[in-house]
Amino acid sequence: MTTVDIGMPDAPTPIDAAIARSLEQHGPKLTELKGKDLKTDQEVRWCPGCGDYVILNAVQSFLPSLGIAREDMVIVSGIGCSSRFPYYMNTYGMHSIHGRAPAIATGLAAARPDLSVWVVTGDGDALSIGGNHLIHALRRNVDMTILLFNNRIYGLTKGQYSPTSEVGKVTKSTPMGSLDHPFNPVSLAIGADATFVGRAMDSDRKGLTDVLRQAAEHKGTSLVEIYQNCNIFNDGAFELLKDPATGPMWTIPLRHGEPLVFGPDGASCVVRDDFGGLRVAETNQVDAGEIVVHDATRQDPSYAFALSRLSTQDLRYTPMGVFRKVEKPSYEAMMAEQLHEARLQGPGDLDALLAGGDTWTVD
Amino acid sequence: MTGTNPTVAPSGPNGAPASPVPTSAPGGLVKSVVELDRVVIRLAGDSGDGMQLTGNRFTSETASFGNDLKTLPNFPAEIRAPTGTLPGVSSFQLQFADHDVMTPGDAPDVLVAMNPAALKANLAELPGGGLLILDSDEFTPRNLAKVGYATNPLEDGSLEGWQTVSVPLTSMTLDALADSGLGKKEAERSKNMFTLGLLSWMYHRPTEGTVRFLERQFRRKPEIAAANIAAFRAGYNYGETTEAFAVSYEIKPAPMKPGRYRNISGNQALALGLVAAGQRSGLPVFLGAYPITPASDILHELSRHKAFGVRTFQAEDEIAGIGAALGASFGGALGVTTTSGPGVALKAETIGLAVMTELPLVIVDVQRGGPSTGLPTKTEQSDLLQAMFGRNGEAPVPVIAPRSPGDCFDAAVEAARIALAYRTPVMLLSDGYLANGAEPWAIPDADSLPDLSGAVGFATEPNGEDGEFLPYLRDPETLARAWAIPGTAGMQHRIGGLEKADRTGNISYDPANHDFMTRTRQAKVDGIAATIPPTDVDDPDGDARVAVIGWGSTYGPIGAAARRIRSSGRKVAQIHLRHINPFPADLGEVLARYDRVICPEMNLGQLALLLRARYLVDVQSHTQVRGLPFRAAELAAVIQDAIDTVQPAAVTSAAVNGAPQ
Repeated sequence: MTTVDIGMPDAPTPIDAAIARSLEQHGPKLTELKGKDLKTDQEVRWCPGCGDYVILNAVQSFLPSLGIAREDMVIVSGIGCSSRFPYYMNTYGMHSIHGRAPAIATGLAAARPDLSVWVVTGDGDALSIGGNHLIHALRRNVDMTILLFNNRIYGLTKGQYSPTSEVGKVTKSTPMGSLDHPFNPVSLAIGADATFVGRAMDSDRKGLTDVLRQAAEHKGTSLVEIYQNCNIFNDGAFELLKDPATGPMWTIPLRHGEPLVFGPDGASCVVRDDFGGLRVAETNQVDAGEIVVHDATRQDPSYAFALSRLSTQDLRYTPMGVFRKVEKPSYEAMMAEQLHEARLQGPGDLDALLAGGDTWTVD
Repeated sequence: MTGTNPTVAPSGPNGAPASPVPTSAPGGLVKSVVELDRVVIRLAGDSGDGMQLTGNRFTSETASFGNDLKTLPNFPAEIRAPTGTLPGVSSFQLQFADHDVMTPGDAPDVLVAMNPAALKANLAELPGGGLLILDSDEFTPRNLAKVGYATNPLEDGSLEGWQTVSVPLTSMTLDALADSGLGKKEAERSKNMFTLGLLSWMYHRPTEGTVRFLERQFRRKPEIAAANIAAFRAGYNYGETTEAFAVSYEIKPAPMKPGRYRNISGNQALALGLVAAGQRSGLPVFLGAYPITPASDILHELSRHKAFGVRTFQAEDEIAGIGAALGASFGGALGVTTTSGPGVALKAETIGLAVMTELPLVIVDVQRGGPSTGLPTKTEQSDLLQAMFGRNGEAPVPVIAPRSPGDCFDAAVEAARIALAYRTPVMLLSDGYLANGAEPWAIPDADSLPDLSGAVGFATEPNGEDGEFLPYLRDPETLARAWAIPGTAGMQHRIGGLEKADRTGNISYDPANHDFMTRTRQAKVDGIAATIPPTDVDDPDGDARVAVIGWGSTYGPIGAAARRIRSSGRKVAQIHLRHINPFPADLGEVLARYDRVICPEMNLGQLALLLRARYLVDVQSHTQVRGLPFRAAELAAVIQDAIDTVQPAAVTSAAVNGAPQ
């Protein structure tokens, strides 16, 4: 019988038994999947032209390469356009309530460390109503991968500004322009001491797949911000970066171990500024030795944070790729370890527990 | 010889002088021992005086001696209110007896007041003639002024109506610890143990347990352990040798069913019940919780039981607590969240998600005074309607309530049974009185507990005609849906908060399907009535015309009131509900038997509202929200009025007061 280590006392639990029974019928776990194995019979109901289609396709074609069986993957989402994602993936899934997916996924991952847990969320779901859960999931470092689809607008409620919308955004709820300053999701995640933070563009299949793979392989909480175009309510939000004419000028590709040089002909680069931060410089104005070599594995988050601050609200100087990737024990593993330690004194004896403390006998 | 009040000069039942049995104490003093059938003691002091600890220790001694008992801790929400002030007074009341007791007592027979504030806050509740023990050292001009005493009550004659014994507890503690090497401040803190020693002598309590407890509690600070034990012994010896106390009291053990017992609080019992439910179902328990008074002790207790595979997760907020628990349930764990009223308000949306996804989940609400932050440390039953209806949409949730601290154990196991068997969130309504109160508890055999493994039944095979898995295909009897957990091959499926299509669980906006699913979720919860026992009616002669119906922690006070009524020759039926949603199937029939139904509640009539709506019975609501349990005498008067109105001819002249509680 296959047993799954979910940190329980030695006797197999009904969880082990159920999994073992299903494998008796299905044979060994099927870990060599094709993209189509992950599709469901549900009609995909995003607006035609939505960036979500591209992300769905990228995820479906890349996931099989991880070698994880479908039944061992769980996708938990909140509310919003992106949160319909689980319905289109032939894995286990829960389309939960607004903002709470990281909390639900935390309980699932902590109770079942054997699963591959994913969260799909949006800028409103993760950063507005669910901001608290997001930062706490990141600081705990529960093993899960969070895909944050950032379209800088509320789509499902038909076009109000979101916590990532630029100041002055004119929407139905802000006819004279929005007043609040936006979050930079990457800065927020690094501020919460996230152990893995990356950013990718919906239309950049190669870049997206590369960041997703690293995120999935990372043990702990991974946050991937995916710039996603909402062609109905915020069309062209990322055009500055997507347009071949302007994109290279404003995109800073992050490649671990390589100098941060970007722009047409490598005209721009990133150097340290006077206060421990980073700034963009013209490559021909600085010594080659001054150009920062990207290191995503620095334990101190200030470097990754400084990187994330290079970009402006209008997306100029946007780093894309993996900002930070550091090793730290994950929450569910430490929890399982505490249970294991407690059991070293012997498995729980219910009769002994009930009779704990001072007792007396009446004859 | 039996008296009902311990007094320095005890009197018999008819006012005749009691005949104390003289004993000789060391030092040549001749002391008397008086036998009592019950005593109510209240210990009152500053929040920092350790009154709760003292009360708990006296309770443990009393429990292990074999008396039946009930306790009522009563403390402010502030951890350390300014010293010596009225808001800082903390008290602990317990009743113990040679028979079974149902309440901590309406009023104390003995009041121990550690300072003027404690005296002022509690004296009004000590009946005339009661025994008053005071720490005379604390009656300084400064302390008196703090609580507005213009003159010293120890000297102005205002305490003449009580048997006042003024003892310099603080200075005697300091004397006893003169050689301990502790500073004055530190040594003073042992005065509660001196007081406990004195009371232990007065009531012939066994002392070994307290000595063991102090050794264990302060094992890393042996000098503090030694000081506390020395103070405890000094207090005991003081009782034995002083002339201030000429009498000590004996309360014989209460007859109890044979078995092994321990003392247990409601929160402890509830936590152990959850561990037991995990063991008996085979599922790992996962608690997601955010600290909140008065529920946090369940989190503390469960976090100690990792060897049973119990995972406890202290979440960032109430919503994450229940979210994580629901996520764990999705993974096949027994998900639990514990909170109080304000937390339930925050969890409402996730409870709705659990209703829609039809996953097992136990939600424990240890109720406290509301609304809003309300009275965090005081008891109330005002979350019943929130538990029943506090969600958007038609979101039926089973509701059950324990009746006593020990019963919290069984209620927790029952909540888990319903949650697992019916794949539903279950609301378990405890309250502050049950949570912190304690009583002797007959320790059950683990093997005798309900076997919940049959309720789990994870689906492992496709159940559809075309070999597909239909997560919303139901068991025809329970209407529980098929529950397949992640990791089970071939059973992948998606659930969520959007309306589900019957059988497939796919998203459905179909009008007929929504109507069908809404009614089906309701029918599933209603159907639980088939597996719960008939209404619990206590009507010894079977011909009472008035019934009192209650739920939760009012069981004790209502039961004590019913005893008083019966001992006056009247008849009353006591109906007590464990299951409030659904009600027991026969409840309507039962209620119809009585000319009058009275419903006492610590809210403004929430169960009464449900009963009236459901059964069209003209329930007479009797309510109180003082943050404290009902007094038996008050309930007895209400019941007596009802009986005498319904049945004037049968009125006996006997008054209801004075009978045992």
